[in-house]
Amino acid sequence: MNYSSFLLMRQEIALLAIILLLVIAEIFIPRDRKVSIIHLTIFLFGIHTIVGFFHMDENNLFGGMFRTNHLIHFFKNILNIGVLILLLQSADWIQEKILNQNKGSEFFILMFSSLLGIYFMISAGDFLMFYLGLELSTLPVAALAAYETMKRISSESGIKLILSSALASGVSLFGISMLYATTGSIYFNEIVQIISSTNLTLLGMVLLFAGISFKISLVPFHFWTADVYEGAPISVASYLSVISKGAAVFILMVLLFTVLKPLAHIWENIIYMIAIATMFIGNLFALRQQNMKRFLAFSSIAQAGFILLGLIGQSPTGTATVVYFVLIYIFSNLAAFGVVQAISLQTGKENIKDYEGLYRTNPNLSLVLMLALFSLAGIPPVAGFFGKFFLFTAAASKGFFLLVFLAVVNVTISLYYYLLVIRAMFLRKGDNPIPFFKNKIYMRIGLVITVLGILLLGIYSPLYDYIYELSSTFN
Amino acid sequence: MITGISIYEILTVTSILFFIGVYGFITRTNLISILISVELILNASVVNFVIINKYLFPEVLQGVYFSIFIIAVAAAETALAVSIIINLYRQISSVEVKDIETMKY
Repeated sequence: MNYSSFLLMRQEIALLAIILLLVIAEIFIPRDRKVSIIHLTIFLFGIHTIVGFFHMDENNLFGGMFRTNHLIHFFKNILNIGVLILLLQSADWIQEKILNQNKGSEFFILMFSSLLGIYFMISAGDFLMFYLGLELSTLPVAALAAYETMKRISSESGIKLILSSALASGVSLFGISMLYATTGSIYFNEIVQIISSTNLTLLGMVLLFAGISFKISLVPFHFWTADVYEGAPISVASYLSVISKGAAVFILMVLLFTVLKPLAHIWENIIYMIAIATMFIGNLFALRQQNMKRFLAFSSIAQAGFILLGLIGQSPTGTATVVYFVLIYIFSNLAAFGVVQAISLQTGKENIKDYEGLYRTNPNLSLVLMLALFSLAGIPPVAGFFGKFFLFTAAASKGFFLLVFLAVVNVTISLYYYLLVIRAMFLRKGDNPIPFFKNKIYMRIGLVITVLGILLLGIYSPLYDYIYELSSTFN
Repeated sequence: MITGISIYEILTVTSILFFIGVYGFITRTNLISILISVELILNASVVNFVIINKYLFPEVLQGVYFSIFIIAVAAAETALAVSIIINLYRQISSVEVKDIETMKY
């Protein structure tokens, strides 16, 4: 047994070590000094993020159950940066609201467990590892959604998330069992050699697709999204909408491009219909939202519809654009959720109406939120424009012109409701505007990183070339 | 392998079990009943894996291993769901679906 091959699981082992360290720290740090756990966690996870950027080999472990390559490694690093920003943004909330209930470190432990599940899910080489990763990434988030045990809506969102995700995983398991029946294997690289478009395989594929679509909140499976986002703590909502959704998009891409590649002529039609439905329903429902969290929930459903445009291309360009878009989406959405969280923590206000006149009292925060919404809408100078542009190019280069046209129509609709929020902040004079407040240091660092990401990622073109190079070895 | 019973009969039973679960999930109004329906769905998949392994591919035990993992994960899922339901019950003294509708549309 060559122990050095375990270095391929370096990220997973490091994260597990952090989780165990936090358990020990929870036991030994006395109750009146629990604040230090927040600093310790951010420090440890920062080191983990930086160490993650070192080079890693491409190989398979455990007979192909666990595999890693440069693209997967890069995607894990993207997720690390996202979680680090999330920790910085939620540090104040934990310090003020959660620590006095004496359950601060469990928050980090649960969140890191979920991230560990995501790691295993995206580097899965067979359906068993995929299923275990999927469950490990979902169950802790359900516990986190119900984390504010004193609040009724938090428990409601937790029970909605756990019941719907249990149904989704059950359905996808039934689908996997059908794929197993027709191919006789649960390993991805064995299935792809045998799979053919029989009826049972197609049923299995559709059920499996339904299970993963639930995680991405594509349209027929999106009903949990708005409720869970509204009820859950904001940092958990942003974790669900950014990290969990991005990872699910990645594993869907891996499954479609490698395992289900022989069925491409069939799943292209499914994705075509679902992309149109997701974009329209997400955007149209976002128009009538008053609550900022519900608004961002429907906007993130619409963004998931745009991501599907990159999957339909089924080419190295498609892979690269999807990863690039997810990277930009992480920064823009985290910026938006960060501002919502800062305001909610200081004043408890979450409605769009409360944001009127925000520019006069808190100009910096409203500028950050404006940049984030511009990036989500895809207005040229910021990064979101380039992400959407590449996605549309990938779909158009394969001849899906009608789909691209409908997507552009949707971008116009989305521009309207993003501008509604910006109008409320900049042009309206509210009767009762949010008073000026100063954020603490962690929140400020988190927001500055996201702003830098939004401004620089679109302009720094070698990044896209780098991702493109990684994904050409992947297909 | 059970003599006299072919794979078709057993797969029919598991499919019926699966759809009873889906039907129950949609129509039940009690959170615990919904949880039981989810368990039916998961158990249908477990039986599916074992039967497919035994009847079609008896040389490798992939399906059987898979089913053991499903049982373990399903237990964890149920424990978490029940704990959230208990927490909800402490606040609103009810486990009915109609009482958890404060967030809508």
